[in-house]
Amino acid sequence: MAALANKPLFDGPEWNFELIGRTYEAIEEIGVGEMGLNLYKNQIEVITAEQMLDAYSSIGMPLMYRHWSFGKRFARDEMMYRKGARSLAFEIVINSDPCINYIMEENSMTMQCLVMAHAAMGHNHFFKNNYLFKQWTQADAILEYLAFAKRFVAECEEKYGLGPVEAVLDAAHALMNQGVSRTAGARRRFDPQRERQREQARRDYEIEIYNELWRTLPNAPPKEEEERTDENRAEQRALLLPEENLLYFLEKNAPKLEGWKRELIRIVRVLSQYFYPQRQTKVMNEGCATFCHYEIMQRMYEKGLVTEGSMLEFAHMHAAVVYQPGFNEKHYSGINPYALGYAMMRDIKRICEEPTDEDMHWFPDFAGNQDPLGTLRDAWANYRDESFVLQFLSPKVMRDFRLFHLKNDADSPTMSVEAIHDEQGYRKVRRALARQYDVSQQDPDIQVTDADLAGSRRLVLTHYVRDGILLDKEECDRTLMHVARLWGYRVRLVEQDAATGRKIREHETLPLP
Amino acid sequence: MNIVDRRLNPKSKSLGNRQRFVRRAKADIRDAVKDALKKRKVTEVEGSEKISIRSKSVREPSFSHGRDGGVRDYVLPGNQDYKAGDLIPKPQGGGGGGRGGKASADGSGEDDFVFTLTKDEFLDLFFEDLKLPNLVKNRLKDLKNPMPQRAGFTSDGPPAKLARIRTLRRSLARRIALKRPKTEEVRALEEEIARHEAETPRNETLIAELKARLEKLVRLRKTIAYVDPIDLQYNRFDRVPRPTTQAVMFCLMDASASMTENLKDLAKRFFMLLHVFLTKHYKEVHVVFIRHTSTAAEVDEETFFRGVETGGTVISTALEEMDRIVRERYSPADWNIYAAQASDGDNIPDDMGHCIDLVENSLLPVSQYFAYIEVSEHSGPGETVAWHGYSEIAQRHKHFAMRRVTNPGEIFPVFHDLFSSSSSA
Repeated sequence: MAALANKPLFDGPEWNFELIGRTYEAIEEIGVGEMGLNLYKNQIEVITAEQMLDAYSSIGMPLMYRHWSFGKRFARDEMMYRKGARSLAFEIVINSDPCINYIMEENSMTMQCLVMAHAAMGHNHFFKNNYLFKQWTQADAILEYLAFAKRFVAECEEKYGLGPVEAVLDAAHALMNQGVSRTAGARRRFDPQRERQREQARRDYEIEIYNELWRTLPNAPPKEEEERTDENRAEQRALLLPEENLLYFLEKNAPKLEGWKRELIRIVRVLSQYFYPQRQTKVMNEGCATFCHYEIMQRMYEKGLVTEGSMLEFAHMHAAVVYQPGFNEKHYSGINPYALGYAMMRDIKRICEEPTDEDMHWFPDFAGNQDPLGTLRDAWANYRDESFVLQFLSPKVMRDFRLFHLKNDADSPTMSVEAIHDEQGYRKVRRALARQYDVSQQDPDIQVTDADLAGSRRLVLTHYVRDGILLDKEECDRTLMHVARLWGYRVRLVEQDAATGRKIREHETLPLP
Repeated sequence: MNIVDRRLNPKSKSLGNRQRFVRRAKADIRDAVKDALKKRKVTEVEGSEKISIRSKSVREPSFSHGRDGGVRDYVLPGNQDYKAGDLIPKPQGGGGGGRGGKASADGSGEDDFVFTLTKDEFLDLFFEDLKLPNLVKNRLKDLKNPMPQRAGFTSDGPPAKLARIRTLRRSLARRIALKRPKTEEVRALEEEIARHEAETPRNETLIAELKARLEKLVRLRKTIAYVDPIDLQYNRFDRVPRPTTQAVMFCLMDASASMTENLKDLAKRFFMLLHVFLTKHYKEVHVVFIRHTSTAAEVDEETFFRGVETGGTVISTALEEMDRIVRERYSPADWNIYAAQASDGDNIPDDMGHCIDLVENSLLPVSQYFAYIEVSEHSGPGETVAWHGYSEIAQRHKHFAMRRVTNPGEIFPVFHDLFSSSSSA
């Protein structure tokens, strides 16, 4: 252990702004200077527990439009918190530029230090460098976009009433997981200024073409903004279908929607897309942050910047964060992303520095390269959970976690153990685990496959059933009602086997009058 | 790097969301509130309430995989002694949804949604469809009508409101203090100058001196105004809201020995509900508490609900007391009068005739509504003295109502019944 050359930055739990500032500088020196992290500018905001609850309920964003579901979430979180059933997170970090870190005033100074190393270094670096975030989110524009969304929803509520706005948002929320485009290309950079202009233009056009006479006609022509000719429409259809992004499809093609409703759908779609990278990188994101905080705290201790007391407090917190109960233990609720991510990254470091023969065999391209941080930075930048596990999960980690692969076939009276952490099983377990982290495999694959815009105007969705797993019928029927509300006409959902194309089940619903 | 202290930012940012949520779940919450009311003590009415609702209206559906059927793969940590190829019997009744932990991880906790209503939210729901009877027809007049009322003086205002006497008084004081030359002084000086100028030979130095004095006086009169802006005083009026519909609620209760603690408790609960209701719903309602044994007295709220007294029972004393108070303080021309009486039905038989006479001839004509609540330990078929007597009145007058209550669970329905919007129509 290096000599304690420096005076500790703090001693005891009390904190103040000046101390946080100094500690942050020490952390940044290690993070950027020694570990080579590449960060957005950090903004650290101190908040109270109540404000933390507020932030929880709006999916962690500093601003959010109003909707009852956030109120529901708040009511539940508040209840849990007051009962003491759940403690609050120590921090929330937002993928924005500057990167906003919320830290709680209740935290002790050690925790503030830990939290800054975790969020302001780890998460921040991950947000800025991971390819998914780079490709799908614009960190510098999100806050402005949220401000636009909030204002727009409020304006709509004022203009059209709470009820109609709520109905559209409810429906759009129900389809949030189907509101994501999984392939890049269709992506366009969003620009709040342009959003506003587009919206304004839409409204101006409506006002311009408004003619009192039309209202008096017995059957007013539908106010579709783009009147398409028949050939044109056929062409469009050929172009657009099948479409996996239900929200996008409805926003562009639902026959009866008013402009502002399309805009609301768009807002939900943009948010859904914004959060999509986070859903795909839970293990990596938390692993990266946990790895960074551990590394930084360790180095600070070696430099004598934190006391042994703080280190003990830190070790206690850290152990709780990366705890992984076994599948048959009481607290088990899936694999802990912090634990898995952290273990894998520590292991990468070990493989780089002190590889065993096994590692040399499994990871010939980086075992023993003596550049753990370079290897990790590359992993952080270029992988998501699924590919990260597939590429980097080592036999040692599988053994440490005692992972095994279980198959449950509904038609069989027993479940079978397919593979365990042994020589024959490593690759199978790894493949199965990677698949478990593939969001597009885990979400039901539902696509718009047919839309009859000319005749019956029926919309057909197809659920490509994998492994015989059907949709939850009750939830599906309710969600279909929402689709029908947006589409305006009959909607049918066909569940067909992805492999054989065999039709298994059908759901159909009409919009409520 | 930036550090920002957000702790002082406005709290409860999610208030708007919460209101939307409560509005959304209203029907469910209302049912839950009714259930909760049966259980809770009335003394706790003004508290928050933990509400559990079946989340019909607050469900957030989405396309998700069902929990049955199909082939599923799991990777689990913590293997102990499984080997590849082992077969594990499925847990009985597990529905095949995988191992216990996994199935619940899919998230099924949507069925019952528990959260806490604040006191205000609770009361709003509690009183939602209740209104004081007959007040409905006077509702239009219930608007607050602001009337101007003198409220001292102010230094600015419209000319029409100028307080002339005050203004001039201030002007005078200022003129005296600043020694503003009077008109007579100036005129005297002018006359003196004229006199001197007419003399021959003219005393030029004197005249020059006098002229200088005159000039000074005139200048002073110019600089020191007769009425300066700082003298101005205006009458000030405040617009004081004055209710045009005022209501007074008389609470009458038997506090005699024949009322057991239990019965008193029942009666108390009724009044408390009533009281909460009134103070909540109508800002301009006076409440008068009269309790009686063989004599009656107006008491304050505290004594009314908590005070202990013993004695016989003469109902008419309370009615007389009410009649007296009405005549003294609450003229029926200005006040809507409501009365609610709680008793165990005991009375001296001789007194009943007097009671009926009082109610029918003095009180009912001036009251909008008279409610009689009879509390008893058991709902026997026997009629009490008061019940029997009052039945006559109830038959003849629509705005006299009577109900019997035997346990706390019945209080709210009775209350709801008496004051529901429909019965007032």
